[in-house]
Amino acid sequence: MGYWRLPLDSCEHFITVGKVNIIEYRCKGCGYCIEFCPKDVLEESTYFNEKGYHPPYVKIEGKCINCNFCETICPEFAIFCTELERREIKPEDIITEPEYRHRMRQRKKQD
Amino acid sequence: MKSNTVITGTHFITGDDACAEGGIAAGCTFFAGYPITPATEVAERMSKRLPQVGGVYVQMEDELASMAAVIGASSAGARAMTSTSGPGFSLMMENIGLAVMLEVPCVIVNIMRGGPSTGLPTLVGQQDVMQARWGSHGDYEIIALSPSSPQESFELTVDAFNLADIYRVPVIILSDEIIGHMTEKVTISETEKIKIVHRKNPACGPENFVPFFPDEDGVPPMALAGDGYHVHATGLTHDEHGYPVITADAQERLVQRLVNKIRKNEEKIVRTEEYYLDDAEVIIISYGCSARTSLDVVETAHGKGMKVGFLRLITIWPFPETKIRGLASRKNVKAFVVAEINHGQVVYEVERCAAGEAETVLAGFMGGRIFEPDELYKVVQEIAN
Amino acid sequence: MKERLKQAPPKIPDEAKLSWKKGHGDHPLDRYLKEGRIPHIWCPGCGIGIAFTAFIKALEKAEFDQDKTVVVSGIGCSGRAAGYLNLDTYHTTHGRAIPFATGLKLAKPELKTVVFSGDGDLFAIGGNHIIHAARRNVDMTVICINNFNYGMTGGQGGPTTPVEARTTTTPYGCAEHPFNLIYLAKAAGAAYVARWTALHTHELRDSIVEAMSKTGFSFVEVITPCPTGYARRNRLGTGLEIMRFYKENSYITDILEPEDTALLFKGKIAVGKFVDIEKPTFMEMYREYIVQQAENSG
Repeated sequence: MGYWRLPLDSCEHFITVGKVNIIEYRCKGCGYCIEFCPKDVLEESTYFNEKGYHPPYVKIEGKCINCNFCETICPEFAIFCTELERREIKPEDIITEPEYRHRMRQRKKQD
Repeated sequence: MKSNTVITGTHFITGDDACAEGGIAAGCTFFAGYPITPATEVAERMSKRLPQVGGVYVQMEDELASMAAVIGASSAGARAMTSTSGPGFSLMMENIGLAVMLEVPCVIVNIMRGGPSTGLPTLVGQQDVMQARWGSHGDYEIIALSPSSPQESFELTVDAFNLADIYRVPVIILSDEIIGHMTEKVTISETEKIKIVHRKNPACGPENFVPFFPDEDGVPPMALAGDGYHVHATGLTHDEHGYPVITADAQERLVQRLVNKIRKNEEKIVRTEEYYLDDAEVIIISYGCSARTSLDVVETAHGKGMKVGFLRLITIWPFPETKIRGLASRKNVKAFVVAEINHGQVVYEVERCAAGEAETVLAGFMGGRIFEPDELYKVVQEIAN
Repeated sequence: MKERLKQAPPKIPDEAKLSWKKGHGDHPLDRYLKEGRIPHIWCPGCGIGIAFTAFIKALEKAEFDQDKTVVVSGIGCSGRAAGYLNLDTYHTTHGRAIPFATGLKLAKPELKTVVFSGDGDLFAIGGNHIIHAARRNVDMTVICINNFNYGMTGGQGGPTTPVEARTTTTPYGCAEHPFNLIYLAKAAGAAYVARWTALHTHELRDSIVEAMSKTGFSFVEVITPCPTGYARRNRLGTGLEIMRFYKENSYITDILEPEDTALLFKGKIAVGKFVDIEKPTFMEMYREYIVQQAENSG
C-alpha cells in the first residue's frame, strides 16, 4: 500500500503485519502463492516435503501484510496468514509524489 | 396432515389413479415424473392432488431427471415417488442404481406396456419383470410388487412406501396397462387404519453418528439433509462413514450388506396368494393382470375335478424362493405352469427354484392383449394329462 | 429426541475406524472440511482446488449455516468436491446433480442448495437438466468448473473444448463448436450469471456469496487450468503459466452482452457478472399460484 502524502486521518488506519503459516505436508508445489503474493514474500524451497514437492518458505520475515491472497489461491489448504500486529502508518510508508504520478500514468496506459 | 389426504370411502377409479391415491395416503409429498402412456394418469392425478395436501408435484424434463429428483427429495426426508412405463423405466435404471447405493427409499410405479423400444404404448405387456430386478448395472437386490386390481394398486403403493422406508431401498410397483387403465371399485379405509411405517432416524447425535453403519437388520438409520449430520453420500463404493473407498474389501462389505438386507428379510417381505394348493398336481403361477385370467382358468379346471392350484405372486422381487421350493418338493406337485405376457421371465426363476423336482412350463403370450382363459386352459389340460 | 441423542454411539469394527485424522485442524478452513479427507485427488496446479477454496471462503464470509447448506455434485474431477465438505453432500450420477438438487430443494425449501460440478457433467450429459432448472428457476446455485475437457478420464474433448484445441479424443484438433456457457445460461433463463477465472479468487468468492444469496437459479462459471489434461496436450504449460495467461488475457467487463463472451482457443477471457435479474422461483410460483388454485378448487 502506498500513499503520496501522509493521510490526515492516518492515525485511524493501520498497516497490518502478517505471519505466513505453511502446512508443508499438504503442499503440491503449484507455485501459485509464490507467484501471486503481492509483497513477494515467498520463495520455493530446495528441499522436498513428504509428497515430493518443494513447498514455499518465507523469504523475508515481516514483509507480509496479511492480505490472505495466498490462502485463497492455494488449492490445497496448505497456507494461510495470521495477523501478527498492526502498526501505524509511518512517513517511510509514504511514496513520493513523482513516483505516484508515474504509477498513475502507467495505469492509464494499461487501461 | 390435511383433511383431504386420505379420501376415505368407495371410489370407482382406475389402477393408475389408485396408485396415486395410495401414494397420497402413504404420506407421499413429492412426485417428479414425465408423461408416458400408460402411466400418465398417475402423474395427472398427482399434479391435482399434491398441491391440495401440501406436497410438491414437478414435471421434470425426462425420466433420468425424475428419478434423480425423487432420490433428492427422499434424501431431504420427503416420501417421494415417480411413475413411468417401459422406455421411461429404461431411463430410470441409472438412478435406481444410485438409490440402491445411497440407500434412499423411493417408490417407482411402472405401468408395463409391450416392448421392446417404443413397442405398444397403449397395450399391455409384462416384459419388464427382469429389468426391474437386473436393469441397473452392478449387483443389488430390490423389491418389486405386482398388483392385480385397482384396489390392490392402492394397497400395494402404501406397502411400497413402508417397505422402501424399512429397508432403505427403491420399491417398484410392477403394474401393467390393463390394471393401470382398468376402472374398478376401490375402497379406501380411514386414515387411522392405513398402516404407515417410517424410516429409522439416527439414534445418536451428529458427533457419534456413522451414516452407513447398519443395525442388526442390515439397515442403517437415515440422517436427512438439513438435520445437521453432515452426511456424505456417494455412488462410489463407500465405507460406513460414507467416504469413497475403492478397494475389493470395501466392495465386499458394502455390496454384501446391500444384497443381504433384502435376502435375509425375504420372509418378512414376500407375499403370495394361494388357491387350491393342498392337493394340486399342476400349479399355475401368475401375477398382475395375467393372474385374473389364471384365476378364472383355475376355477374352471377345479370345477371339472382337475387337481390344479394357483399361486399368485404379489411380491415378485425378492423372488418367493422358499415358497416355490417348498411347493416343488411336495410329492403331489408334478408341474408349474407360469402364465405371463412375455417370452418367459418369471418362468426362469420358477425353474430355478423347482430345481428339477417339478416340470416347469411357460404359458407365454406376446403382449398387446391379455390371453383368453381357453388358451391357458389348453396348456394346463395338456400338462395335467 | 434429546434422550436419544444421549445414547451411546453404535460400535464400529476397528477396521472401519479411520486413521487419517492426523493434521485435521491445521488450517483455519478445516472446519469446513470433513475430517481426514485432505489431501484431495486433484492434480498439482489444478484450478478446482482454488474454486473450492473460494466456495468455502464464501461460506465463511456470508456465514451461511453449515447445517442448512447442501452441496450436490455429479461425476468427474469437480464432482469429487462434495466428498470433502463438512456439510450434507451428495455425490450423484453423471450429469444428474441438478435434478437431484431440484428434488432436495423442493422437498426442503429452507436448504441452500449448491451444485458444484464440471462443464462436461453439467453441459454434456447433464445439458438438458441445466437448461430446464434455469427455465423453472429453481432456487439453487450452480458452480461450474470449466477446464475445457474431461479431466477424470484423462483429458477427452467435451462441450466446451474450443475449436482447434487438442485432447485425447480430438487428436487433430477439435472441429466442433463449443458452448458459450454464459450465453446458454442466460438464454435458458438463469437469474444470475457470472464468470471468473481461477485467478480472480476474491471476485469469485464474492460472486458465489452473491449467487447463493440470490433467490433463483444462479450460475457461476469458473475458468480453471487443467495442467495434466488439457494444458499438456495443447502445450499451454504448467498451471502457473496458465494463471499468468489469465492475468494477461482476462478482462473484467460489465458492458459485454453474453453472446459476445465466447471463449476462443488461447483467446481473451471476458469475466464479470453478466446477468442479475429478479424473477419468481419455482417454489414461489407453486405456492402463490398452484397451491392457491388447488385450495380454492377444494
